[in-house]
Amino acid sequence: MSQKLVVSVSPHIRIKGNIPRMMWDVVIALVPATIASVYFFGFKAIYIILVTTFSALITEAIIQKLCKKPVTIFDGSAVVTGILLAFNLPPGIPLWMAGAGGAIAISIGKQAFGGLGHNIFNPALVARTILLISFPVAMTAWSPPRFISFDALTYATPLTALKENSILTPLKDLFLGNVGGCIGETSALALIIGALYLLLRKHITWHIPFTFIATAGILCWLFGGAELFRGPFLFHVLAGGLLLGALFMATDPVTSPTSRSGRMIFGIGCGAITALIRLKGGPPEGVSFSILLMNAFAPLIDRFIRPRKKARVKRGK
Amino acid sequence: MKIRSFRGGVHPPEEKITSSLPIQEMPLPKKVVILLSQHTGAPAKPVVKVGDRVKIGQKIGEAQGPISSTIHASLSGKVVDISDHSHPLGPPSLAVTIESDGRDEYHPKIKHNNDYFRLHPNEIREIVREAGIVGLGGAAFPTHVKLSPPEDKWIDTVILNGCECEPYLTCDHRLMIEKIYEIVQGLKIIAKTLEVTSCYIGIERNKRDAIKAMREEIRNEANMEVIPLKTKYPQGSEKQLIKAILNREVPSGGLPLDVGVIVQNVGTALAISEAVRKGRPLIERVVTVTGKGIKHPANLRVRIGTLFQDLIDYCGGFRGRPGKIIMGGPLMGFNQYTTLVPVIKGTTGILVLLKEEVVEISERSCIRCSRCVDVCPVDILPNLIAQYARKDRFDWAEEYGILDCMECGVCAYVCPAKIPLVQLIKYAKVQLTRATGGTGDTGVTGG
Repeated sequence: MSQKLVVSVSPHIRIKGNIPRMMWDVVIALVPATIASVYFFGFKAIYIILVTTFSALITEAIIQKLCKKPVTIFDGSAVVTGILLAFNLPPGIPLWMAGAGGAIAISIGKQAFGGLGHNIFNPALVARTILLISFPVAMTAWSPPRFISFDALTYATPLTALKENSILTPLKDLFLGNVGGCIGETSALALIIGALYLLLRKHITWHIPFTFIATAGILCWLFGGAELFRGPFLFHVLAGGLLLGALFMATDPVTSPTSRSGRMIFGIGCGAITALIRLKGGPPEGVSFSILLMNAFAPLIDRFIRPRKKARVKRGK
Repeated sequence: MKIRSFRGGVHPPEEKITSSLPIQEMPLPKKVVILLSQHTGAPAKPVVKVGDRVKIGQKIGEAQGPISSTIHASLSGKVVDISDHSHPLGPPSLAVTIESDGRDEYHPKIKHNNDYFRLHPNEIREIVREAGIVGLGGAAFPTHVKLSPPEDKWIDTVILNGCECEPYLTCDHRLMIEKIYEIVQGLKIIAKTLEVTSCYIGIERNKRDAIKAMREEIRNEANMEVIPLKTKYPQGSEKQLIKAILNREVPSGGLPLDVGVIVQNVGTALAISEAVRKGRPLIERVVTVTGKGIKHPANLRVRIGTLFQDLIDYCGGFRGRPGKIIMGGPLMGFNQYTTLVPVIKGTTGILVLLKEEVVEISERSCIRCSRCVDVCPVDILPNLIAQYARKDRFDWAEEYGILDCMECGVCAYVCPAKIPLVQLIKYAKVQLTRATGGTGDTGVTGG
């Protein structure tokens, strides 16, 4: 034999998919919501998305260069973080703030923990929270969507309208996304289309989204009305960031538990905290806080939820 | 009807390109290299000397100890060498090289036994032991040991394993079509030896012709049933097969006989039938020579000890540039660094992958997507165990069930980060065995 043979440990075949493919699939899944954001909020939305994405990419490249690590900005993970952060920003945000957000997401949210796969908290939500605390006014500068159909309190989000003025936004507007809010969170339709794609490609499972949405919805239905069982169930499911959070943020594999039952506990926790903040808390919306809080619990959940252990045979000793 | 299966597993491209090709008899090789360690357990001890003339079926290696197997000459001719030879499963080990005299003479002791159904179970066990039969599905565990369960274990079921869940391999599939009578006879002999009444034959649903033929063959047998199983890897693994067919779970660290089951491969059943009815020891087997790197893929009946190179030459040699040569299937097979290794009793196939098919893989960090957890058929956490292996925390790895792992490879197959999970697990297992002196017991302190 003159040729050289490759020798390695089994298995000798692998699936074609890899991490960059997964990440770019997530980017594809975010396209419908991106289109919706431009449709409802104009080109300002696309500027915000571009700024956060580029800022995330550049920050990642700089940090990896400084740490003498291989630069992996083309694996798509920073792009996903950038887009998701943009989706969590209000349309009225100054662009420099959005750029700062992208840098915060990658530097504090991701690279400080060691890069892809090592972060405890969802990087985009870390950045959003830091921005929210640092610039509370700019971060709640809601501008109305272009086709606003009802005239009540046009500058608020549906959840603010409910909390402060007890106004229920029509469900049709909520479903399509014709309401005020963060640029990527308003259109339930677009988000669901994207999530279906991810489900189909098996990048996410139903466990977290289902338990998250169901828990939040049911709790709001139970306690969200004037009396028990009178809360607006569908309104709470469609309003605010619940769908964006449950479908795209909480399903981030890095920051959620590994086992299926663990993921369900995680989803239930997220849903419960969201409902608690929405109904009893100060701010109108609690999705991002709930995910961040549960992110912190993910390692603990993993520690206690183990695959079912089989009966053990006593070994001779 | 619900298709029976188990939890986890994957369905890689089947690539069974040789499934419709009848088994061909390969011409006698000029020489064979018969390794004395072809089975699980102690190597056999040579009982011939250089220069001896041997006939087919003559014993050349004596089993050593309770878990070992007898080795026979597969050619008639002269013993020309007894020395270390490269082994397809590991470091070189002792082998007997026989040069053919071209006469193909059988040892006079080999004769038919028409009265075989009057044999006592212990006589059958003795015949199986003397015939050097081992599990032919790949693991090569001595069959007579499996046929002699401890007194305190109650065995009520025999499962015949015709799953052949590894991609590419088709030797069992062909046997189930061409040697169906002998296989069923073998199953009857096994059932009689173990005094069990219920027999199942598990076949994956991608082998419809085999399922049909087998159903036809056993239509008058009251206690036998063919169970079509979902086409899913590793369906042919003993414990997964038992779970799928009987819904019984073999306990961690246990054996199928702990739940009253003995599983035998269809090829093994054939070998048992040949040994008991015709007196033939295990001197040949069917090997699937396949893959895109082989000019004319085929199912070949070859003598044990034939060199891989001879099989590849018979199949027209390589097509294109070979990248990997694997003994067995692509998921659990053993990579070879040379073609000058001999066929052993556990050689199910020789798979040649093209250079283009062998992609160098760059590993990335784990993103905890938990696909490995979802597909793991033994319910452990491959990602976590691999991390512990990397940190040399073998005690933690053991606590999380590393010893349940059968190295089926589905975790590494699906991993999008391309982490060498099986390699890390194998490494940790070796370290664990070293630290505990082979008992695999707890109390390891790492390193």
